[in-house]
Amino acid sequence: MVHAFRIGGLRLALDVESGALHSLSEAAFCVLEKRIAGESYEATPDEAAATHNLTQLEQAGQLFSPAADTQVHTHMQKRKPVVKALCLHMAHECNLRCAYCFAGQGNYGTDDRGLMPLEVGKKALDFIIAQSGARRNLEVDFFGGEPMMNFDVVKQLVAYGRAREKETGKRFRFTLTTNGAFLSTDNIPYINENFDNVVMSLDGRPDVNDRMRGTGTYDDLVPKIKAMASARGNASHYVRGTYTRHNLDFATDVLHMADLGFQYLSVEPVVAPPSEDYALREDDLPALFAEYEKLADALLEREKTGKGVRFFHFDIDLDGGPCIAKRVTGCGAGSEYLAVTPGGRLFPCHQFVGDDAFCLGDLDTGVLDIARVHEFSHCHVLTKSECASCWAKYYCSGGCMATAHYANGSILKPDKISCELMRKRIECALYMLAARKI
Amino acid sequence: MEHVTTIFAGNLQEKNDDKHIGCGECQTSCQSACKTSCTVANQICEQNQ
Ligand code: SF4
Ligand code: SF4
Repeated sequence: MVHAFRIGGLRLALDVESGALHSLSEAAFCVLEKRIAGESYEATPDEAAATHNLTQLEQAGQLFSPAADTQVHTHMQKRKPVVKALCLHMAHECNLRCAYCFAGQGNYGTDDRGLMPLEVGKKALDFIIAQSGARRNLEVDFFGGEPMMNFDVVKQLVAYGRAREKETGKRFRFTLTTNGAFLSTDNIPYINENFDNVVMSLDGRPDVNDRMRGTGTYDDLVPKIKAMASARGNASHYVRGTYTRHNLDFATDVLHMADLGFQYLSVEPVVAPPSEDYALREDDLPALFAEYEKLADALLEREKTGKGVRFFHFDIDLDGGPCIAKRVTGCGAGSEYLAVTPGGRLFPCHQFVGDDAFCLGDLDTGVLDIARVHEFSHCHVLTKSECASCWAKYYCSGGCMATAHYANGSILKPDKISCELMRKRIECALYMLAARKI
Repeated sequence: MEHVTTIFAGNLQEKNDDKHIGCGECQTSCQSACKTSCTVANQICEQNQ
């Protein structure tokens, strides 16, 4: 499979199965488009030379490479996923009331409210150790609501995890996902030392941020997030925001945050039911596509003046990057990755928390609903028809199962808007790689 | 080549060998930054660390 596309004055071709990326002349691009469409054509002299070049690529295994999925298929069928990541809902409460919060302003619309007790957290860490088989690296994200509302317990769990690492030979990677409001000079050094990743939320310009997150939140959060980010330096951290229908010009927000000095940025489309006025709609797509392209060009311009930043969704490493098995597995929700509520109930991931139909078990029994886990672990790129034939499959890895379920009633049916945005982001990421080289 | 500039020669099939096939030590994609979507191409392979 080959994906040919025009972007920013370039004509690019991605050979899906090999991962090769080429920039083409106009003639080569036209010939390639006709070949992809299966049209016959009479070649001009220029097109004949282009055809010859395309044939050379094909012979080198860099165009129209055949799918070599058999090995991956066998692997995916035989694999027995183990739990290697947990999202601990330390608090089903939040000090902010962001209008778009998928967690229903922190409580996930459930009666499983309040703060996670230390004992539940410890059981969760014991559970992942027990469930992780031979896997050494374990990830635990302290999440919420706002996890810093329960920070003493977070700290005790970090200490407990470190002690258990020594006994078991496992390695915990701790992430803190916070709105930043409780960051202070008292806790920043501790966080910096003990967390592998820190994710802080900010939506961009003051009015954009405050509209969805409450008046005055920008002014309150920015200095705190700045302090944390500067303590972090190049150690893993993200300032991440959400864009909605109210700021379809979100590139300006990304650039605003870059101007604030943040280096590692992620701004995501809102997850929202279509009934909300801020939910993204299909007819917003052309504007959003243009906005992503504008952002890619603006980021390239910044790089030229030494002010480059990393935008998570444009950050593709063609040379590195994970194996094909990982690329088709996706997020692992419901099999490798589980969310734990303050009361110790288990869900496929943070986005399913509060939906009792998806409860997979609880820490008291430590038993998982195997049929459900199986259903999730068999939901991957190779089992979803739309994904199997999608050019973006090795970069996207199959999209969000929660969004698929809430949009289309099945974790196997990816959400159209999400797919369109994902593909555009990948095109932009490939474009940036090409533009830097040309 | 007159009509083609190769940006990247492609190595996905090399990531399909015994060493690389799904050891599972790498990061869970949704965890890394977004929490609302999964992007996998920017993840790091633990075998290449
Ligand atoms: S963009 Fe959509 S169809 Fe393509 S791999 Fe991702 S989820 Fe599947
Ligand atoms: S289902 Fe969606 S929200 Fe849940 S872990 Fe996967 S990508 Fe993330």
